Amino acid sequence: MSTAAATAAAAHGSQFDTNTGISHAKLGTWAFLASEIMLFGGLISAYVILRSGSSHMAIPPRALMGVPLATFNTFALITSSVTMVLALAAIKENDIPKFARYIGATIGGGCIFLVVKAYEYHHKWEEGITISSNLFGSFYYTLTGLHVLHVTGGILLMLFILITGLRGAYSPENHERVEAAGLYWHFVDLVWVILFPILYLL
Amino acid sequence: MKDSHAHPGHGAGHDHGGPQSFWRKYVFSVDHKVIGIQYMITSFLFLLIGFGMISLMRYQLAWPSPPDDFDPEKLGMIRGTLAWLLGDRMEYGFMKPDFYNQLGAMHGTIMIFLGVVPLGVAAFGNFVVPLQIGAPDMAFPRLNMMSYWIYLVGGIVMLSSYFAPDGFPQSGWTSYAPLSVVAPPGQTIWCIAMIIIITSSLFGAINFIVTMLNMRCQGMSLGRMPVFCWAQLVTAVLLLVAFPVLEGGALLQLLDRVAGTSFYIPKDMMYGSTVFPAAGGGSPILWQHLFWFLAHPEVYVLLLPAMGVVSEIIATNTRKPLFGYKEIVGSMILIGVLSFVVWAHHMFLSGMRTSLANLFVTTTLTISVPSVAILTCLLLSLRGGAIRFNTPMLFALSFLPMFGIGGLTGLPLGFAPTDLHLHDTYYVIGHFHYVVAPGSLAALMGATYYWYPKMFGRRMNDTLGKIHFWMTIVPMNFIFFPMLFQGMHGMQRRLADPTLQWHNLPVQGWSVIMLFAVVTLAIGQIPFLFNFFWSLRNGEVVEENPWNSTTLEWACPSPPPHGNFLKEPVVFRGPYEYSVPGHKTDYLPQDEAA
Amino acid sequence: MIRENWGFDLWLPEPVSSYAGEIDWLMNLLHVVMVGIFVVWSIYFVYCLVAYRARDGQRGVYHQSGEKASFIPDGLILAFEMWLILAFGIPIWAAVKQGTPPPEDSLQVNLVAQQFAWNFQYPGPDGKFGRRDISLVSASNPIGLDDKDPDGKDDIVTINNLNVPVGKPTILNMTSKDVIHDFQVVNLRNKQDVVPGMHTRLWFTPEKTGKFEIGCAQLCGLGHTQMVGNVFVQTAEEFADWQKAQVAEKTGTADARDVAPTAEGRS
Repeated sequence: MSTAAATAAAAHGSQFDTNTGISHAKLGTWAFLASEIMLFGGLISAYVILRSGSSHMAIPPRALMGVPLATFNTFALITSSVTMVLALAAIKENDIPKFARYIGATIGGGCIFLVVKAYEYHHKWEEGITISSNLFGSFYYTLTGLHVLHVTGGILLMLFILITGLRGAYSPENHERVEAAGLYWHFVDLVWVILFPILYLL
Repeated sequence: MKDSHAHPGHGAGHDHGGPQSFWRKYVFSVDHKVIGIQYMITSFLFLLIGFGMISLMRYQLAWPSPPDDFDPEKLGMIRGTLAWLLGDRMEYGFMKPDFYNQLGAMHGTIMIFLGVVPLGVAAFGNFVVPLQIGAPDMAFPRLNMMSYWIYLVGGIVMLSSYFAPDGFPQSGWTSYAPLSVVAPPGQTIWCIAMIIIITSSLFGAINFIVTMLNMRCQGMSLGRMPVFCWAQLVTAVLLLVAFPVLEGGALLQLLDRVAGTSFYIPKDMMYGSTVFPAAGGGSPILWQHLFWFLAHPEVYVLLLPAMGVVSEIIATNTRKPLFGYKEIVGSMILIGVLSFVVWAHHMFLSGMRTSLANLFVTTTLTISVPSVAILTCLLLSLRGGAIRFNTPMLFALSFLPMFGIGGLTGLPLGFAPTDLHLHDTYYVIGHFHYVVAPGSLAALMGATYYWYPKMFGRRMNDTLGKIHFWMTIVPMNFIFFPMLFQGMHGMQRRLADPTLQWHNLPVQGWSVIMLFAVVTLAIGQIPFLFNFFWSLRNGEVVEENPWNSTTLEWACPSPPPHGNFLKEPVVFRGPYEYSVPGHKTDYLPQDEAA
Repeated sequence: MIRENWGFDLWLPEPVSSYAGEIDWLMNLLHVVMVGIFVVWSIYFVYCLVAYRARDGQRGVYHQSGEKASFIPDGLILAFEMWLILAFGIPIWAAVKQGTPPPEDSLQVNLVAQQFAWNFQYPGPDGKFGRRDISLVSASNPIGLDDKDPDGKDDIVTINNLNVPVGKPTILNMTSKDVIHDFQVVNLRNKQDVVPGMHTRLWFTPEKTGKFEIGCAQLCGLGHTQMVGNVFVQTAEEFADWQKAQVAEKTGTADARDVAPTAEGRS
């Protein structure tokens, strides 16, 4: 084991012999999330600027937006983040069945989110809010659509974590992938927490 | 995947049962050295394609339209061949404007995204960085392999737009909306290909950052990391943070084109004689902001690896420590940070709020200071040296004045009152080509000669190298310097036939000179290509350290085995300890025990 | 090989606008400084290459003096640039791009750019612009002028030719029908993107008469290279005659036969 990294590891109280003491998986995930922030950030900024400047972005009436359902959806996603945290805690206690239940709940929360979104899209489309009906529609479907893609990716990632976890890949000493997946999931949740008010409430 | 760390005499955290098949070893390899060479060969191919396109364009620009005594039945040899080859893209051997625009858009796109950046960042970065920090490979070898293949797919998709109805994208590499939204189908492929290429870049950036932060060998503190690695680190951060914004913008353009959205389409826009069928309400200027937010940091992505290469070659070939290591590294970081706040100097005349111009002029002129700092340090690195004039050093040395001209010509462009006249003229083209062609690209050619012995265990022929050098740098000056005159006279960019506008005739003569320079430049690449392949078998065989250099890539066999170092290196000092008083040789490698 | 009217010019074309002098002065100052820096730098560069070339047995210098000296050029350049911005950048930009001459003293012209032509609308003797409507746009009515609007009855619409009086400001109010174009006249030292869905402005005061070329300075499609026009700067009398002839031609009055437009003024 490299002495420099071991020294760094000792200093950080870390088990990883990397110069920073942070595992590759976690550092890489943070880097990836930085790029995701810029992806959503760029698009959200475009929305904010066009909405505050343009007189052609007619906002649909509140009633058509379906705020109560979207609020429920927000809670579903936030809850799934909480169960993610609990799943990680379970792994640290080496309680695999509990871990599996909580990951399952996370996946469940994600799936509920997707189902509600599918209903929302269908309902809005029927009401005339389509991707091309006006600028608001364009942004609504693009922003939430991109988010939906990320939730879907997250669900697939969580399925992978669940299956590998059930096969014994993770333990109190080795759970970096679970933590990295959790980071990604929390990020996806955070993006929704920003999208929800700027699209539905304001 | 286990976290990678250096095992003595072992690969990066994975084991092979026995010898690998040809495919695993040379094609689908996860070894950073193989991937680096794959990137190198592929990017050279794309550079040649891009060069071919611009050669056709420069031929068109030298004699853009038929003279009075033109007889369409009697085409000359060259024009006749072109007419036969290119069919109805030409009219009597003269280029039609849409084909000219197609070549123009593709030249820019290919050279930047498929040529120079993959060469500077992915090819040399991949090969050299793990070696220079004493690591056995990159942090994520499989992600590294995926990056290459995604890049190749993206490049092929981009080129396949040739087969779209009406051909290649033709809205410039800048793809300004609404033109790019109403353009023929090739533009849709541009959007898709860009998203693919950006994905490859993002994976690569993550890999570089984690590798450099996490996998430095014992003793290799950040302050002892070679300048080339620092340049790659800053570049990786630029790519990571800036590219996603263009990815988002390209997604919006794609949706405008195929899904009827109006992100970039204003209300009541016309398309020919009808109103364009979209809801409207969008902003064409939004595209420019999203595009340039990436594209400005992108030019530093083009530049920084080249500056890193030049630093390495100069240090090795002056036999003295690089002047101002801290200043150079600090300046690179400052360039990286500032590059995010200068983008709208491309948009002074766009119709954006005019008061913003003063802000961006200030930031733009400020960013020139760290560039000057780096150039000054490199110049002062020559003072007191014992300069060896081998081929890589010739390229590295010429980078300095060539980048100097490029950087200086940026001044009247970044300064809004003079940009009033120079915007969208050939002065801009001359400016950025000086930085990118005799600047970055020449430095990367120098990098090829410099690191070839490490890659292949043999030297390239130095005489052929010097011929290549002179036949590259001199013609480049005869191509790009006259552009400054043409631009100062007001000749606009992207004109298929400048002679249709009589105000351009007083500078049209230069275009003929430039064509002859292009031909010379093309011929000058033949010794390089020949040398590259000939030396694989016939070059002088070298040992570990043919240049007597101090950095770690020279502390392993040439070429290095899988896992690079037979024993994990330990570093005792900084990267440029040359001519240390009292030491028996004029270089003290980083890993040599005291 | 080189055709007879092709040249090897090196520098700026003839300056015609009131602010061209200032801009040219700046352009020349910048380039004198740039060339000066480059020459001094290059002399030192070549000196180093000669003086410090490798000689047998000689090593490089390990301890280099003057570590802080490299900050001097950085500081000088920064100071020079900040002076440029404060002394010239902000004032000139304000005058040319942010300010406009008083409309009462100026000729106002609307420009509607399209693929691939410049359409100019003059308000005519009543000084008022007629209403434009996109639904009225047709091949014979490129700007969609509403002929029911009384203000528009005397409007003059020209294609690709802009007639202006010398010594008086002209304000161009510009928009595009389709994609982004850029109105450029090199002799004015000014240009401006013409953007669909927006109104941008360019003003200039020409100080000599003559014919100057309009080019498009933003890629706008396959006709970009052919999108050419002319600015005819005329004396006050010539301009007045031209305007009268245009109005007469449009309204079909007898005056049209009295005043023969000059060859230069014909649209």
